[in-house]
Amino acid sequence: MFKNITRRASKFAAIAAVGLLAMNVQAAEPIRIGSFLSVTGPASFLGDPELKTMEMYVEKINKDGGVLGRQLELVHYDDAGNASKALNFASRLIRSDRVDIIVGGSTTGATMAAVPLVAQAQIPFISLAGAVVITTPVKKWVFKTPQTDRMAAERVLNDMKERGLTKVGLISGTGGFGSSGREQTLAAAKEMGGIEIVADETYGGSDTDMTAQLTNIRGTKGVQTILNFGFGQGPAIVTRNYAQLGIDLPFYQSHGVASDGFLDLAGSSAEGLRLPASPLLVPDSLPESDPQKPVVEAYKSEYEARWNEKVSTFGAYAYDGLMLAVEAIKKAGSTDKAAVRDALESIQGHVGVTGTFNMSADDHNGLKADSFRILEVQDGGWKLIN
Amino acid sequence: MFSEFLQYLFTGITIGATYALIALGFTLIYNASHVINFAQGEFLMIGGMATVSMTAMGVPMLLAVVLAVILAGLLGIALQRLAIAPAKDANVVTLIIITIGASIFIRGLAQLVWGKGYHVMPNFSSSEPIEIFGAVLNSQSLWVLGVGAVMVVALVYFFTRTLTGKAILATSMNKDAARLVGIRTQVVLMLAFMVSALLGSVAGIVVAPITFTSYNIGIILGLKGFVAAAIGGLGSGMGAVVGGLALGVVEAMAAGYLSSDYKDAVAFSMILLVLFFMPRGLFGAKIVERV
Repeated sequence: MFKNITRRASKFAAIAAVGLLAMNVQAAEPIRIGSFLSVTGPASFLGDPELKTMEMYVEKINKDGGVLGRQLELVHYDDAGNASKALNFASRLIRSDRVDIIVGGSTTGATMAAVPLVAQAQIPFISLAGAVVITTPVKKWVFKTPQTDRMAAERVLNDMKERGLTKVGLISGTGGFGSSGREQTLAAAKEMGGIEIVADETYGGSDTDMTAQLTNIRGTKGVQTILNFGFGQGPAIVTRNYAQLGIDLPFYQSHGVASDGFLDLAGSSAEGLRLPASPLLVPDSLPESDPQKPVVEAYKSEYEARWNEKVSTFGAYAYDGLMLAVEAIKKAGSTDKAAVRDALESIQGHVGVTGTFNMSADDHNGLKADSFRILEVQDGGWKLIN
Repeated sequence: MFSEFLQYLFTGITIGATYALIALGFTLIYNASHVINFAQGEFLMIGGMATVSMTAMGVPMLLAVVLAVILAGLLGIALQRLAIAPAKDANVVTLIIITIGASIFIRGLAQLVWGKGYHVMPNFSSSEPIEIFGAVLNSQSLWVLGVGAVMVVALVYFFTRTLTGKAILATSMNKDAARLVGIRTQVVLMLAFMVSALLGSVAGIVVAPITFTSYNIGIILGLKGFVAAAIGGLGSGMGAVVGGLALGVVEAMAAGYLSSDYKDAVAFSMILLVLFFMPRGLFGAKIVERV
């Protein structure tokens, strides 16, 4: 009898212990951050530094004790730059991995493929892609970290106006980046007023000579400055042709070529040209008073120490995405999806590498055009222009 | 006004000379085998990329150029031996498809070895452009034109004055008859692929300072080269040169006077017009086939 009771009691105790253990496990269950990035394929120059950044900072945050006392777990898939794969992976992240938030989507195509799914599943999604369409019009569950090409266009046109240049010759690539940049520049010029696009030329993505277009622009009456919106090797060829033709008008490029690779290709012909870029290219010349300076310097040195390769502005988008997600979860005090979304939308003055984020109900990007710095190429390097 | 016209003309001639050099490679293999070798653009890429990567490793420029050309030559031989020869009884269309496959393979290999980035090659001589009547000419353009002219003369000499050249022509006219008079047709074919690869790689090297070079540069340049060869009449060396220059100049004039948006459209409609009115191209052989 007594034996029986003890046996029962021990059984009971065992069950209670298992129950307690289970509760403990639940409390320590990691926060799952889902991600799909273009780590391989044609957009790998975006996805590769993005994934490296995410892995590295998830590790770092976990070492420092995690978020809300819970560890982070990164669930990642490689969409190889393919929008339909991105859609599949987004669905897998939501349905089978049951992630708490998604930070990913290297390209606009991949992002837009996942948007309807995200809206349906009601899960916060921070995209790392550039185009205006992602957050305009505002979508309830979708946020993004990079500036739009519209902002780049506005930033450049503003700098032109400040220098008293009001008649602009535009030359753009016919690829997605160039043609969207062209549209945004035309629209921005119309809206801003006081500045006029007097020439509008284009070139194909694999063209090897743009002297004809540049000669045309030079021959346009009244043209005071030239802006090239493009991506890849095209802008480098435009820059070289520009120097060969000996055109002495002030020359602007877009943020699409704001990298050291562009300087290597264009060589000495790039001397004197200006472009809008992330402060990440010139951490040393930022003034001490700049709130972004410590963030930018820390990201650059940590990334370069860990991966032994040059930091890229694309990786910084992932850094900002992850940090925004973490801040929102902290603010919400839980991983409840609606609470995290509301917290994301109310983030103010979050200092990131790309800029200072001020989110609101009608701005899910939170950056202003002035988060772009205007840089000038001097002596083969970048120089910050105030 | 005149200086603008001259600028478009210079631009057109420079691009056109590039197209012409590529078109010559197409012509050579077509003459030997009636195959249109769509891997021609890849020879161009190999020439440029190999030179750039070897100079980056510290090999002197001239030696790098020679080694790159040899590498391309070996690749030409390998293409014929490993891909074309095993399918010897296949018809011409099958062989053309094989060359497309080979080009994709070579491109993939180049991407693995050299990565996806673009690379710069310095100008052969001064980087200062030359100014003529208010228009400027890249000094590298003179190299492209000069090397192109030398190649054309060398090819004409090769086909009309040397036994090997005549053997290639004989093989193209009638393979069986050529074999009967003692020409080893397989060796002749191999030779044609090698010479055409050499031509392509030289073209790739002289244009690399103007166009930059990367693993995929061969696709569009190869295609334009083929258009040039077709306009000129496949198989005619003179036609390749005239076709290339005409294509380049038309493109530049269209970009300058019409709109840069229609540049490629104008170029590709040119091939339609030429083939419509002169189905054998500008300089194509006037052969009447009996049916």
